[in-house]
Amino acid sequence: MSALLSIKGVTAYYGAIAALKGVDVDVAEGEIVTLIGANGAGKSTLMMTIFGQPRARDGLITFDGHDITRTPTHEIARLKIAQSPEGRRIFGRMTVVENLQMGAAVTKFAHYDEDLARIFAIFPRLKERAGQRGGTLSGGEQQMLAIGRALMSRPRLLMLDEPSLGLAPLIAKQIFSVVEELNRTERLTVFLVEQNAYHALRLAHRGYVMVNGRITMSGGGRELLERPEVRAAYLEGGR
Amino acid sequence: MEYFAQQLINGVTLGSIYGLIAIGYTMVYGIVGMINFAHGDVFMVGGFLALIAWLALTAMGVTAVPVALALVLVLAMAFTALYGWTVERLAYRPLRGSFRLAPLISAIGMSILLQNAVQVAQGPRVKPLPPVVPGNFFQSEGAGGFVVAISNVQVIIVATTLVLMVAFSLLVAKTPLGRAQRACEQDRKMASLLGIDVDRTISLTFVMGAALASVAGLMYLLYYGVVDFYIGFVAGVKAFTAAVLGGIGSLPGAMIGGLLIGLIETFWSAYFSAEYKDVAAFSILIVVLIFMPSGLLGRPEVEKV
Repeated sequence: MSALLSIKGVTAYYGAIAALKGVDVDVAEGEIVTLIGANGAGKSTLMMTIFGQPRARDGLITFDGHDITRTPTHEIARLKIAQSPEGRRIFGRMTVVENLQMGAAVTKFAHYDEDLARIFAIFPRLKERAGQRGGTLSGGEQQMLAIGRALMSRPRLLMLDEPSLGLAPLIAKQIFSVVEELNRTERLTVFLVEQNAYHALRLAHRGYVMVNGRITMSGGGRELLERPEVRAAYLEGGR
Repeated sequence: MEYFAQQLINGVTLGSIYGLIAIGYTMVYGIVGMINFAHGDVFMVGGFLALIAWLALTAMGVTAVPVALALVLVLAMAFTALYGWTVERLAYRPLRGSFRLAPLISAIGMSILLQNAVQVAQGPRVKPLPPVVPGNFFQSEGAGGFVVAISNVQVIIVATTLVLMVAFSLLVAKTPLGRAQRACEQDRKMASLLGIDVDRTISLTFVMGAALASVAGLMYLLYYGVVDFYIGFVAGVKAFTAAVLGGIGSLPGAMIGGLLIGLIETFWSAYFSAEYKDVAAFSILIVVLIFMPSGLLGRPEVEKV
């Protein structure tokens, strides 16, 4: 099984501070892989380093066999890697539809109408809000929009950074079930960063645990859930 | 009454020219957060390029005025756009990500460079253009024997400005390029995550601003019949005032601000004193900065997160 996304020995720095200290992660086609860890462990940094923001100082990142370690950010996106980033980063002064159009930019709008209808079917709430500005949406709606925007590019790899953050449990659950369904029906490859370890590990085929810029554990999602260290640190008293 | 009407017409004409220049300030500010102080000089370069294109075309035997004017417009826009692109590439892009004042300083340097380059290449004296479009589009004599006239040049200026502003607003509101520009304005990093080439988008913004400034340069040339290497400074600062008055970063704001500055300046000259017209225009800048720092249509820097 060759990996769609492969990260080998990657380090990244903010100024003099090492945020990633040699990270190895593989994501195979059709998998849901999750990365869990405490606040500040470097999870979001890894997500952004895949896009070269910040650049990896050492190590190698490949996507579908291409070395993308030094590729400009916008060209990485054009390889059909889409991210719903930390903080959602909705364009607040654009409408919901315009935000979705931004997501479709890498497809050159080849199947725009079809994709828009699909996103509206997945998130009917976005259809109701279609003409509203992104900045006026609620947190849950913004999260749906961020995921919808990422899906508009027909990604080969969907990266989600803390999609459940700050959401009511019911809405978080709804978002996780959308991810699961897309994976099951369309074999969408998903790389998911979460603090909500329980949901993430139940959903994922495989998981990695990150502590202080290093991967300390990896394994099947359910398998990690059973590990006493994981339970102690991220599920029971740890939060 | 006739006098008032005539001033109104003159003010709208002048305001159109300021508005065209102001768009370049406001768009560049919106996307890179800096005041492009060389923009007034790009306008001046546009005026010179228009003059050169006109003389070249007449030398080549293109004498039909509408055809020649259209060609001059296209040529001036193309070459001035090239200037805008080069200025961004040389003076601003290398400094992106550096401290905030750096591009501002290099903008002032660029402004001086352009002025001096034109002064050396074209000479310091005023370059005249004989009236190209004579005649009045409309005139009527009032009761007191005062004639209200709208000249053909004024009609051309206002009509061209209107068309360009509408086209430009549509471009920003409806096309993928305009959307990319607005996305870069709001969150450059996210835009690049969505496959937008941010550097290219910024370059194109400078190109568009310069193209509009060159139209303003051509209009100035037609209206006043002269250009010199120094016209960019005062016109640039006035257009900048217009952009601030309208709300820097806002396109309709730049257009409205341009019109207002043109009207204020014209009426001030007409009813009070022509010597103090610049004082009037710049006093507006001060008053706006004190009491309404975000301008007429600008937005306060508050966003719901």
